[in-house]
Amino acid sequence: MRRALVVLLAVGFGGLGTLALASAPRAATTTTAATATTTPSTARGRSMFVASCASCHGQDARGVRGRGPSLVGVGALAADFELRTGRMPLAAPHQEPMRHHPAFSGARIADLVAYIGSLGGPPVPVVSGGSVRRGHERFADSCAGCHQIVGRGGIATGAVAPALQDATPVQVAEAVRLGPYLMPRFGPRQLTDGDVADLAAYVTYTRHLQNPGGWAIGNLGPVPEGLVCWGIAMVLLLGAARSLGERAR
Amino acid sequence: MSTQVPAEREEPVGDTPAVRFVDERLGAAKVTRGALRYVFPDHWFFLLGELALYAFVMLIVTGVFLALFFSPSTATTTYHGGYQPLDGVEVSHAYASTMRLSFDVPMGLLIRQTHHWAALLFLAGIIVHVIRVMFTAAFRKPRELTHLLGVLLLGLGLVEGFAGYSLPDDLLSGMGLAIAYGVVLSIPLVGGQLGTLLWGGSFPTAGAFESRLFIAHVFLLPAAMAALIGAHLALVARHHHTQFRGPGRTERNVVGTPMWPGYALRSLAWMCATFAVLLLLGGLVQINPIWQWGPYEPWLGSNGAQPDWYLGWLIGALRLMPPIEPRFWGHTWAGNPFFGGVLLPTAVFGLLAAWPWVDRRLWTRDRLDHHLLSLLRDEPGRVGATAAFAAFVATIFLAGSADRLFVAAGVPYEAQVWVLRAAVFVVPAVVGGLAARAARRQGDVRR
Ligand code: HEC
Ligand code: HEC
Repeated sequence: MRRALVVLLAVGFGGLGTLALASAPRAATTTTAATATTTPSTARGRSMFVASCASCHGQDARGVRGRGPSLVGVGALAADFELRTGRMPLAAPHQEPMRHHPAFSGARIADLVAYIGSLGGPPVPVVSGGSVRRGHERFADSCAGCHQIVGRGGIATGAVAPALQDATPVQVAEAVRLGPYLMPRFGPRQLTDGDVADLAAYVTYTRHLQNPGGWAIGNLGPVPEGLVCWGIAMVLLLGAARSLGERAR
Repeated sequence: MSTQVPAEREEPVGDTPAVRFVDERLGAAKVTRGALRYVFPDHWFFLLGELALYAFVMLIVTGVFLALFFSPSTATTTYHGGYQPLDGVEVSHAYASTMRLSFDVPMGLLIRQTHHWAALLFLAGIIVHVIRVMFTAAFRKPRELTHLLGVLLLGLGLVEGFAGYSLPDDLLSGMGLAIAYGVVLSIPLVGGQLGTLLWGGSFPTAGAFESRLFIAHVFLLPAAMAALIGAHLALVARHHHTQFRGPGRTERNVVGTPMWPGYALRSLAWMCATFAVLLLLGGLVQINPIWQWGPYEPWLGSNGAQPDWYLGWLIGALRLMPPIEPRFWGHTWAGNPFFGGVLLPTAVFGLLAAWPWVDRRLWTRDRLDHHLLSLLRDEPGRVGATAAFAAFVATIFLAGSADRLFVAAGVPYEAQVWVLRAAVFVVPAVVGGLAARAARRQGDVRR
């Protein structure tokens, strides 16, 4: 377990490192980590925005009524989340945003994030440390009602609460602070930065759950268990009964 | 005055001293000879009830093992053990001991998982057995009591299964109990008192409930079920098995294989097959990983929490029931969960229990004994009604996993609920009609 934790933390830090390289607002606000091959450019970001996003969010990112919200003040945090999880650009204004393969390369995303970050708002969060145990408790408390206790996804009123195994620690922190689509946003009063780090550690942990019992059948509980009971056990046994008894009547 | 006639004495049999010893004291030879000559019909349909029987045996054997390690208390303790991510968490003794069974007791997880799979298969076995009985009308006179005992056994089995699911005090079991408590409270007039009586207080704070549940699960219900199984089998033997029509088969005989040497071996093989499947599942397929769910606290919950399959139809009913609560004279007479959680199962079990009499009214229409089974083509009306009944329960059952279907296939949940509400009435009518027509066709072909 300890080894798994180390690996997970390493993965977490790895993700963080990649992000540090690519994320412009961090570079802008902390001014240290700008060692990327191409420095993110707010100007490039702005022209991309006009091309790909303005139809819904407006030329100046102040929003278009009935199509998309204003992005002034949402910060690099929101832009980084929406773009790196491939939710934006949305295909149609009233579509439910879903995780997709990102529409742009990492460097182009950095440009867009730099531009939206320059309009003000929170930077991309930094996530480090975090305890799986505390994360489990927090998650059961605040998140499992929608995302299922081991993050396999579920149904929320009017939306799918997605499975979380693809979300990186930073994206977990972003989602918690942003509250994308119908998910509630959790401020620092409800969940401290430490809580968020715990949650990120737990969500990352759910990618590789311990399944000492054998085949995990999706870690979903009774529904697949019932399917195995009828679809495998009962089918096998009815076959056995047929070969033991007489068939014709 | 009566003259005294000496009672006839059975001549003791047996050629070895041990057999002689037993027989001279118990007179076992006669009974045994009878039992060994008991004839079983050969068709594989007659093995289905035995499947449930052997799953029950597995439940008892594994259950005794589990009871040795389980501690039925909701008092808190700090978890330390084989599962690191929960190390140091405050949990109940019930949860901690189930965790110990899963991670630290040698073979504990295998036994625990086998026990749970056996519970699922026990009830599945009863269901296929009941379906066979219903479609072949094996419940007709003189077997109405056998049928009643079986229905009772199914009912107790559902309660027993739910009690077991609720014992470990993990997130799912706590959520299940919260729903059960809500259902009890919703019962008109007496709900509140009944809840307090059963729980010894109110859920979830009442500490008395866990030990009550435990005694019910490991002693009261299993004892009652074992007695029912004994009585059920005694009645089966008393009337002998039914059989399908065939050459040389009449209402007065049973054609088949005698217990010894033929049938006992077949049944033994069947028992081994059942045990093999259960142990393989127990060893290879994970069931109810309570370490992933974590301990229950009243403010916690998880999406997609489900009961075991055999209670899926009750969750389905709770979901499909429109949100009505009859209110007049300034009083709410029944909470909404009452309809899906109490009224529906009462109606379904009531109908199931009354079925032999319903059937006699509608289709059999005589008071004779029936030892030859009915074939589908004999009575299309019965086939249709049985199929409609099964389809009704199955449609409600489907609604129990509507949320998972939504996540898996993206079928919108609200739409599903509306479609299923209609389907509860449409599907039975269609399935029943089609089944009756198919049965009639089959009859026409034969004639
Ligand atoms: C009311 C239900 C609800 C709750 C509670 C909730 N979420 Fe969400 N969550 C959602 C929905 C709906 C989405 C999808 C949003 C979208 O598509 O833009 C989502 C998306 C996410 C994502 C993005 C997943 C991905 O792969 O792109 C993460 C990460 C996440 N949630 C984490 C959390 C955490 C951590 C908590 C607890 C602090 C939480 N959620 C609580 C409903 C919820
Ligand atoms: C088809 C219209 C559409 C297009 C094109 C589009 N968006 Fe959006 N965007 C929306 C809508 C609608 C929302 C609100 C979704 C929600 O409720 O979560 C949104 C939300 C966002 C948010 C989150 C705002 C917040 O406060 O939660 C960001 C950031 C964002 N978009 C960035 C972009 C970027 C960058 C692009 C271009 C690459 C883009 N969008 C293209 C429609 C669009």
